[in-house]
Amino acid sequence: MFPELVDPRVFRGVIDDVVDVFVVEWATFLEQLFNPFLQLLNLFESLLMNSPWWLIVALVGAIAYMGARKWSLVALLCGAMLVMGFLGLWEDGMRTLALMLVCTLISILVGIPLGIFMSWSDRFRSMMLPVLDIMQTMPSFVYLIPAIMLFGPGKIPAVLATVIYAVPPLIRLTDLGIRMVDTEIMEAAESFGANRMQKLVWVQMPLALPNIMAGINQATMMALAMVVVASMIGAQGLGYQVLQGITRLEVGRGLLAGIAIVILAVVFDRITQAYGKRAQAHLHTNS
Amino acid sequence: MTTNYKIEIKNIYKVFGKDPQAIMAQIRAGVSKSDVLADTGHVVGLNNVSLSIESGHIHVIMGLSGSGKSTLIRHFNRLIDPTSGQVVVDGENVLDYSKQQLEHFRRNKISMVFQRFGLLPHETVLENAAFGLKVQGVTRAEREVKARHWLEQVGLAGVEEHYPSQLSGGMQQRVGLARALVNDPDILLMDEAFSALDPMIKGEMQDQLLELQRKLQKTIVFISHDLDEALKIGDRIAILKDGELVQEGTPSDILMRPATAYVEEFISGVNRAKAIRVSHLLRAVASARVSGDASYSPQNVDLSKAARLGQSIEDVMPQLMSGAQTVPVVNEANSLVGYLDKSDVIAALYRTAASKV
Repeated sequence: MFPELVDPRVFRGVIDDVVDVFVVEWATFLEQLFNPFLQLLNLFESLLMNSPWWLIVALVGAIAYMGARKWSLVALLCGAMLVMGFLGLWEDGMRTLALMLVCTLISILVGIPLGIFMSWSDRFRSMMLPVLDIMQTMPSFVYLIPAIMLFGPGKIPAVLATVIYAVPPLIRLTDLGIRMVDTEIMEAAESFGANRMQKLVWVQMPLALPNIMAGINQATMMALAMVVVASMIGAQGLGYQVLQGITRLEVGRGLLAGIAIVILAVVFDRITQAYGKRAQAHLHTNS
Repeated sequence: MTTNYKIEIKNIYKVFGKDPQAIMAQIRAGVSKSDVLADTGHVVGLNNVSLSIESGHIHVIMGLSGSGKSTLIRHFNRLIDPTSGQVVVDGENVLDYSKQQLEHFRRNKISMVFQRFGLLPHETVLENAAFGLKVQGVTRAEREVKARHWLEQVGLAGVEEHYPSQLSGGMQQRVGLARALVNDPDILLMDEAFSALDPMIKGEMQDQLLELQRKLQKTIVFISHDLDEALKIGDRIAILKDGELVQEGTPSDILMRPATAYVEEFISGVNRAKAIRVSHLLRAVASARVSGDASYSPQNVDLSKAARLGQSIEDVMPQLMSGAQTVPVVNEANSLVGYLDKSDVIAALYRTAASKV
């Protein structure tokens, strides 16, 4: 037995008290802060669910075609979407899709700027790296409990949990991509008197784009892995079907919903990869 | 300023490590590079380098890898800041510049060409050439006109819409050269600009640079590890070894009067017949009387038997074989400027007797 030097209940008690005070003081403010995202999510959801199914399928096909210029990919992805509808999971799929889109959007808005700051400042980077490790390894329920206390069960804590889990790879890959830009190309830009923003926009971002696209791809995949957890705290959609399958011991329901999640994953993965490849079109020098 | 030097580098020290300033005293006191590394873990990149570069000249900085030459050239436009010392351009210490002044300086006065070209792979040749103007905020139409002009000057008309990866190494470096010239800078920094190219392309690029230089009269600082290249294009050559300046002078100084054993070894591999030029061995006409069998005057020069100033000894072998002890030398305007003495040529070629030149 490890000797009990301090009573851990003291720590727990202090933390509980702090959280309680925090919830009372900040709940309203934070709720207002996150309200726009909730509005956005509701907007996406109603848009996707009110649009006719064939329009969504056509849209997926069109986006895939613009990315890859390959009819085989278009056929694959449209077919996958149709299978999801065929399994009777269209509406749940659209709910999950809306959640995914909002989470991806937030991840991009948060992740890319943080990645850029990390690439600029070694000190900020050394501060961020352990934070990113914690975000990826801390069990999500640990921060979901205070989140639910703050926002109540529903979509906001679901979005929060998903983003916290999904954004680290995007931040890491943005930082890595910018740091990997050829030093001579950076020196060239600097030698012509480019300032920091000019270097960022004209040199670093375009050259880091394949890595950033890989980060977005990773973020969407991680986000999909969170849908079941998200459904436990009140987000509807495919995850909820899986959850119901588990709780009612209906293996069939769980399996079909699981297949639908995989279908969404394939659609997201192939589309983001196609755009990632396009970003690399001319990015190779034969020096 | 009273000098006509375009650029003056004064007592530059560059130390790499955790706390370079702290060990400057040791270095100034003359502790050797290897001792500094062993004692403090600091690397001495440049050790008290001073260099003056005249306007309109091509000044070659030579050295093997690790000699600090690429570090040195990056001090001219402050891609690297020295640990101690001054970089004076047109009488102003560049190290005193604020961020804005430095950007202005880099945008208008000084450009750089890189060994591995440093082109933007996602932009077209035209966009790459116009990069310096884009940084300055020049409108697209205007910068494209200028970029097209300079691309044409370097022989790249017709590939404006290509991407760098579609071009050969030599063509990519021409883009780099055009990009550097578009800003119309006074000073051109060329960091091993032709080192990555095939020997034949390299020769072509050197010729093109010399031809452009005749028209443009820029101040060019050229880094090279290739002595043949240095002798071909340099008005003056500086040789660096382990971060220290070993010798600085004209090509003929380096070839005829190597200052140290290191320089001597350095030049031993050179094809002297090709490297030594007529101008290096020229004797003035006034001293023609001592040569005995011929006296030269502008009237009796046989142009077919004369050597030209810019030719190498190899080029004038036929004239030297002709039997006479001396060969007249004319300049580009075909007027007599002096003569070559065969014994000087032999001495210079084989470094036997101490050359009097």
